[in-house]
Amino acid sequence: MTLDILYFAWLRERMGVPRERVETQAATVTELVAELIARGERHAAALSDLSAVRVAVDQQLTDLDASLTGAREVAFFPPMTGG
Amino acid sequence: MRVLVQSESFDAAALTAGFGTGGDAGAVVTFTGLVRGDGGLVALEIEHYPGMTERALADHAQVAKDRFGLTDVLVVHRHGRIGVGQPIMMVATAATHRRAAFEAADFLMDWLKSRAPFWKREIGEGGPRGWVEAKDEDEDALARW
Repeated sequence: MTLDILYFAWLRERMGVPRERVETQAATVTELVAELIARGERHAAALSDLSAVRVAVDQQLTDLDASLTGAREVAFFPPMTGG
Repeated sequence: MRVLVQSESFDAAALTAGFGTGGDAGAVVTFTGLVRGDGGLVALEIEHYPGMTERALADHAQVAKDRFGLTDVLVVHRHGRIGVGQPIMMVATAATHRRAAFEAADFLMDWLKSRAPFWKREIGEGGPRGWVEAKDEDEDALARW
């Protein structure tokens, strides 16, 4: 499947790009993260400390073990600081 | 119910003119958050997730409306560069009685702090200083609800 991957805040800075499109067979977010980290240093720098990373699948906040079945967009970002 | 996500500044008084005055509410609470200029801060730069941010705020405004029986709710949150002393966000809640209006505003604020898709970066006199880190106390505040 084809997924749009979005990065925000310092994850975006470490990646050097705000988004990318990937072909993947990953069944869960955790599997996707492993695939992305294997792509190189920038991905590893952005995603190595998962305790500091939150994830949304199709714009819904979820967990790292979430399924990617039918997903089109996955976003990675630090804990939110609104308000 | 009204939710605004915008880069432009806003006039809280103008936005709340007539708010909750339909006759069914007995209490209106408004809260406005400003950029505080401590530690030589010049501005905040706020990043957001276009699409998700608007949807998440609308969803949560509805949750607050249902949970506290609000007669109306307004949420405004800015993104982009915001100078010291300027408004970042506001919530307004209208309810039949004051306690529901106060609690709903507090509930919305706690949620916005740690679940709304915004990320703040501090801008000092020398330029960008770093991303604001999420605080444990904000997470604890959300757990109260």
